[in-house]
Order: sequence, then structure tokens, then C-alpha cells
Amino acid sequence: MPDTLPPDSVGLVTPQTAHFDTPLALAGGKTLSDYTLVYETYGTLNAERNNAVLICHALSGHHHAAGFHSMEDRKPGWWDAYIGPGKAIDTERFFVISLNNLGGCHGSTGPASTNPETQRAWGPAFPVLTVADWVHSQARLADRLGIERFAAVVGGSLGGMQVLQWTMAYPERIANAVVIAATPRLSAQNIAFNEVARQAIRSDPDFHDGWYEEHGTVPKRGLKLARMIGHITYLSEHSMGAKFGRDLRTDQLNFGYDVEFQVESYLRHQGDTFSTSFDANTYLLMTKALDYFDPAALHGGDLAAALAPAQCPFLVVSFTTDWRFAPPRSRELVDALMRADKTVSYASIDSPHGHDAFLLPHPRYKAVFGGFMRRVARDLQLEETT
Amino acid sequence: MRADLKLIHDWVPQGARVLDLGCGDGELLAALARDKQVVGYGLEIDPDGITACIERGVSVIEQDIDDGLSNVDDDAYDLVIMTQALQALQRPDRTLDEMLRVGRECIIAFPNFAYWRHRLYLGIQGRMPVSKSLPHAWYDTPNIHLSTFRDFGQLCRDKGLTIVDQRVGNGDHEPHWSSRLWPNLCGETAIFRVTRASR
Repeated sequence: MPDTLPPDSVGLVTPQTAHFDTPLALAGGKTLSDYTLVYETYGTLNAERNNAVLICHALSGHHHAAGFHSMEDRKPGWWDAYIGPGKAIDTERFFVISLNNLGGCHGSTGPASTNPETQRAWGPAFPVLTVADWVHSQARLADRLGIERFAAVVGGSLGGMQVLQWTMAYPERIANAVVIAATPRLSAQNIAFNEVARQAIRSDPDFHDGWYEEHGTVPKRGLKLARMIGHITYLSEHSMGAKFGRDLRTDQLNFGYDVEFQVESYLRHQGDTFSTSFDANTYLLMTKALDYFDPAALHGGDLAAALAPAQCPFLVVSFTTDWRFAPPRSRELVDALMRADKTVSYASIDSPHGHDAFLLPHPRYKAVFGGFMRRVARDLQLEETT
Repeated sequence: MRADLKLIHDWVPQGARVLDLGCGDGELLAALARDKQVVGYGLEIDPDGITACIERGVSVIEQDIDDGLSNVDDDAYDLVIMTQALQALQRPDRTLDEMLRVGRECIIAFPNFAYWRHRLYLGIQGRMPVSKSLPHAWYDTPNIHLSTFRDFGQLCRDKGLTIVDQRVGNGDHEPHWSSRLWPNLCGETAIFRVTRASR
């Protein structure tokens, strides 16, 4: 809870909603007849409307990327370290849009929303979405806000996949792409972790095949387990070791199965918090979207061919201790971009924080990311708007 | 611009596809893109160099040349440039092979260890040379494979490579009668332009 807002914060922000009546045809064959997207904006759209930056969120992310909703907020938005006045995405130059993706559980239409056909909650009947569907819906939000072309589309992890999809699906609408801690497709190991998370949720007796809301239950245990598994993959062995080591909660072993090690306590806490704030069906849907993303598959496995339509410069960033989407996954992308003659720069940031590093402050990460965005601002001749 | 870069700048053909190994802050690639519509990438491992490249809009890839270029296809580039990096490589000979695999032609610039000032340092003072082109002390130098103008020419001949051009220069790469007559003695830096052996 800040007493005063930090000077490099975007300050107090209010989410907005946009409702769409035009049906959205989905990759899975179904159609959403209408839907709502919740989003936030930071900074000011300039008269030329060419300074907009789209933020794409990761698995458990949402529209609240920067600033505070109220002076009582304990923490700012999830990417506050990189969005704000003078930060890597400088809101004195850029107009930033951050939305909650379709299928989410933070206000945009998702499994917890009402299905207009049945007047019940969608629940598990909510269509499985793909990264391409998200990007399609994001483009419609851009239309609504009068943005023809983004100065940059930026995202980490699953967000980075959306950025890639933008460069291929709407090459003329994206001037620059920033792909952080991402991968052009999940590995078998990644899919395996997702499947364990899904099984944890689906085997919770409170899950009721996804109709938990109608049963008045919440599959908390499943969600908690899913999050605990996921969380391990977001951290590095080193960062966990540095944070917890083998520290015990009490000063002795109890020869039982209650929480003994600090790391157990931490994971349980993370899981508990998540299980009361996130929707199980959304979690299933988001992990499926991750699993399905594989643009090269449509081109016989040739990623360079898949990226052929892209026109914009890319910045690709990975983190040395990220074992979820390890640096070689980013290199795969970079090599394909080079093979396809695209403008690309790549930096591998030495951080001990594993996959989570993309969210955390880091001097070199900031220098690289901020340097790229300054070049974007210079090329577009963006003035300070505030 | 640094003198060796100026000379290389003149050698690069219009619109060439270039890979610059150890591109530093991207000065050469930026100039080549501006003046000669060159497209290409720099490889670099120095964080400050990488940031400088990104900020000036030069495509730079964080990659250690010592790890090889296995991610680059055969004949992917018209020209592969490497300035002031040869002497810091684990195996300069293997890197040279890799450069000529991925590019038709190479330009390589490096400090000439046989430069007379270096000889004086070693021969008279009996100490490892320290100069403008070799600014480090022996214990902290990244330069682990120092060679001479003549050495490198010999390596090219041993490999059956074609030397298209070879020059030496003082720090400013100005042509001088003495370095033309005795390049191995009077040249502070050496620059070679090499192509693959004719098959």
C-alpha cells in the first residue's frame, strides 16, 4: 500500500470494458456470438495514433499490468517494473493497452460468463481458444480504439506467443515485436507439466466436470496443486535454493507430513492464494492454448516459412536460468527469423530467477528492452505526450 | 570511424548480405546499412555492445563465436566480417573455416604481433608488448592467439584459401611507403580479404 504513488508509476488506473456484437469465428470451429474485453490503458494516444503499444499477458495474467487500482492496493500491476514514465515502455511517449484475454477470469468473457444460448454459465462448454483467436480479438479491440498499427506488440511467455502470432497474422498492423521468455512451440516436457496441472484440476471431486459453479463448489485443491506445479517451473533451482534452501519452519524435524520445510509452506501459500482468485476452467483453457501453439506445424515444421509474412523488427529476450522456456527455445526462434531475413536482435539475460525473471527488475534486461523501445520511439518520431 | 572499419567499409559491395562477428557497438553495420543498403546481423557477447546495437537499430544476436556458427546455413551470407576478434578466439583456424562455410568471402582484421614496436617491447625490454592495438597486460588480456601478418597469410595458404587483398596499416590505416615495403614489420594492424579455395 503506497502512501503516495511512486513518481515512475502510471498512477491510479481504472479498467474499461469493450463489448463486441460481431461474431468471432474461432480456430476450433465454434463461434462466439458476442463478447466483452476488459482492458486498461496508460499514457496518451497521440494525434497520429501511432504510439500505441499492446501488452499480451501470460498464463495467469490479466489486464492490470501497471499502476494501482486504489491507494489501498498492496501491489501494482504485474509488469509495473517495465511500464511507466521513464521505464522501458515509457508512458510519456507510448500509449499502452493491456487487456484480459478471452477465456480469462478477470472480466473478459470466459467460462464463468453467461452463455447467451443457455442463459447458464458457460463452464466447461466455453470454446477452447487458441493464440490466433486471442490475436483476432485483440485486433478488434485495436479497431475499436482507432489504432491502425501498433508501434509495438509486447509480451512475455504465453504473451510472447501472441506477439509472434501478431507478426504473422497482421504483419501490416505491427511496427515492432518484443518476444520475451517465450518459445515458438511447447516441448513435450512443457505439455507434460500442463497435463499434470490439468489432471490435478480435473480429478478434484469439486470439479464436477467443469460444472462446479452449478454445484456450488470450487475445485480449490486441484487449482492449488496446478499452481504449485506451475510455480516450480517458473522458478529456477538456484532461486528456490537461495530463497528457502532447506530451511525448516520449526527448528526440528517432526517426522510427519505437515509443512516442515519453508519451500513447502511457500508453495502451499502460492497455491492457496491462486485457488481463490483464479478460475479452474480458465486455467484449463489457457494451458490448452499454450499446448496448441505451433505456427511451424502449418508449414511442415519450417518455422522460417511460417514467419515469412512478418515485416517488423523483432527483439527476442531470454533468461539464462529459465528452464520452462529455456534460451535454446528463443534461439530456435531467432535462427528462424535470421533464416527468413527478418530484422531481429537477441539478448540472453543473465538472471538467477528462472522464467519469472521476465517480470522482475533487472538492469541489463531494462537496458536492452528500454533501448529497443527508445529506438522504436525515435523511428516513429514520437514526442513526449505528457 | 575506426581506421580498419573505414577500409572495410570501402570494400563491402552495395546491398551485400553481411555477418559481422564481434560487431561491438554496431558502428560498422550501421554505416553499411546507411551507405550501402547492406542487410545483416552482428554477433556479440559484450552486454554494452549489444545494448548499443539495439539502441541504434542494428540487428545483433548474443552469440559466442567460439561456440561455432552451426545455427547458420552454408552460403547464407555474401560476406563475413571479423575485426579485432581473431586473436581472442579459442581456435581461430576453425572459426575461419566456419566463416568461409557460411559466407563466400571474409574480411578479417587483427593486430599484427610482428609490428616493430611490439618487437621492440619483447626484444629489447623483454616484456610482453602493450600498445594501442594490444592494450592489455599479459595476465588479463583476452588475446590468447596473437599472430602476425605473415602467420595469417601462411594459414590461408595452408588451407588453400585465396587471398583477394591484404593490407596493413598503422593505427589510422594511412598508406605509408614503409608498410608497403615491409608490411610484417611496419603494419600495426593487418586486414585480409579471403575467399574459399576454388573447387
